Amino acid sequence: MECRDGNLVSFVEGTVEKYGKGRENLLPVLREVNEEFGFVSGAAFIEISRVMDISIGEIHGVASFYSFINEEDRGKYVIRLCKTISCDMAGKEKIEKTFERELGIKFGESTKDGLFALDYANCMGLCDKAPAMLVNSQLYDSLTPESVLDIISECRRKI
Amino acid sequence: MVKAKEKRIITGKFTPGSGIKAALAGKPEEVVQEVIDSGLRGKGGAGFPAGLKWRFAANEKSDMKTIICNADEGEPGTFKDKYLLDNHPMKVLEGMAIAGYAIGADKGIIYLRGEYAYMLPSLEKNIEDIKKNVFSKLKVGKKKFEFDIKVRLGAGAYVCGEEFALIESLNGNRGEPRNKPPFPIQKGYLEKPTLVNNVETFATVSHIIEKGALWFGKFGTKSSKGTKLFSISGDVKYPGVYEFELGVKLRDVLELVGAENTKSVQVGGFSGINVTESSFDKTLAHGDLPAGGSIIVFNKDRDMLKVLKNILEFFEEESCGQCTPCREGAYQLLKGIKMIEKGEKSIRYYKDLCDLCATMKDSAKCGLGLSIPSPFLSITNNFKDEILYR
Ligand SMILES: Cc1cc2nc3c(=O)[nH]c(=O)nc-3n(C[C@H](O)[C@H](O)[C@H](O)COP(=O)(O)O)c2cc1C
Ligand code: SF4
Ligand code: FES
Repeated sequence: MECRDGNLVSFVEGTVEKYGKGRENLLPVLREVNEEFGFVSGAAFIEISRVMDISIGEIHGVASFYSFINEEDRGKYVIRLCKTISCDMAGKEKIEKTFERELGIKFGESTKDGLFALDYANCMGLCDKAPAMLVNSQLYDSLTPESVLDIISECRRKI
Repeated sequence: MVKAKEKRIITGKFTPGSGIKAALAGKPEEVVQEVIDSGLRGKGGAGFPAGLKWRFAANEKSDMKTIICNADEGEPGTFKDKYLLDNHPMKVLEGMAIAGYAIGADKGIIYLRGEYAYMLPSLEKNIEDIKKNVFSKLKVGKKKFEFDIKVRLGAGAYVCGEEFALIESLNGNRGEPRNKPPFPIQKGYLEKPTLVNNVETFATVSHIIEKGALWFGKFGTKSSKGTKLFSISGDVKYPGVYEFELGVKLRDVLELVGAENTKSVQVGGFSGINVTESSFDKTLAHGDLPAGGSIIVFNKDRDMLKVLKNILEFFEEESCGQCTPCREGAYQLLKGIKMIEKGEKSIRYYKDLCDLCATMKDSAKCGLGLSIPSPFLSITNNFKDEILYR
């Protein structure tokens, strides 16, 4: 892992400055760090604690509550496939298999090159266009095995 | 019946700015009274009379009050708030400002579920626009009308839609429901009086204040006035968001959306109930079928045990784990259904699970745990043979 410390410090300071130091701004700060770095690292916890004056334990308690805050580096693209009933009935299983076979990993795992992680999520409000998924914070709907292949290729191209 | 194809989405045309202008033409008390007279019930699931809540909020004395628009929309099968925010954001923002004027709050927050983060840029632009083009041109007596709105994102936790949990989350804590009282009206965001309403509630308010309580009362039934948005998915030809008058028959809804060979329908989302053919002539209205807004249709090819398992997995994951009846209850129900699936358990064991449901209904701390028994009991009752004797 490259050293991002200087980067991290200024990012955390800038974000806290934007929102304010009050406790009510903790989740937005965690979200932005997560979005920027893909996860909230141990070093990030230390920085947030220092700048916002909240104990690391407290911050962990909050971060661990929310499923979109990653506390470890899961991969550059975290794929969250909806497994709730309307997507399940609309062919989630085919999408699942396409991902697993194409990436050579199971759900819950990450690829060795650090590019992809496969996860499940619950209903994301696209039940009328099921099956649906999130790639990081981007929503995709009406998935087919073909569109999944396209999405994977596009992610690979973007690196 | 309001025909789906007309897509009136809360009953027709709306001139932006007309709701807030009509509100400011009267006293705050009059706005509250109009909402009370309209009979509007909250659209977030619980159906609490909106006007009454506004009156409580208006009566609180405080140097700061906040309006919160609950856009956490996590109930499986629900996407009508997404539809509103995508297509009619101005109505929602205007409704929040009307509420602000009515209860004496000059700030609003939209708590937007993390899944809808893509909306953030457009919502923020809409907020700028309405402030510049509408609010800044209005006056309250001699003073300029001011109302500020910001958007806060959730981060993937269904329970945060529960209003106590939502406020905990906004206050920078774990999104866990807490004991009541105090209610958010008394002690909410930053420990100050806070009014929480659903996205659709605010959008509807804009229309009510523009056109009046009497107009609104022409739609719906006596105890469930007005119309409601329904998110319809599952085994239907035309899934999507529909507006119906409250009191509409489930059968008519199913026909309109092209549901064929229907085995059962989950009404009111996972927290609602499962109904079969014999209940299709019931109506979606307060006191009849839950008018929560989510309708998921299952056709005759669906395995209802699999459906129930999917529902219980959802609750088991989304339970915040704070209280035992819900945390353990969800886990045991799911485990039980898996064992029944494998044929490892007898009917006596099913009776134990029903007793567990009774305990959960009595003692869970929030609406999440309280409603888990409802899909469990209705599905197992409707499909005893299919589930218990497979
Ligand atoms: C587990 C749970 C999840 C909820 N999720 C939502 C939600 O996503 N959106 C919403 O408006 N209300 C939700 N509610 C209801 C809120 O607690 C609250 O009643 C509602 O926001 C009040 O607004 P209303 O009166 O306009 O309906 C949820 C309740 C529970 C128990
Ligand atoms: S009922 Fe469930 S979600 Fe609600 S407080 Fe208890 S454990 Fe948490
Ligand atoms: S069930 Fe998958 S988006 Fe709603």
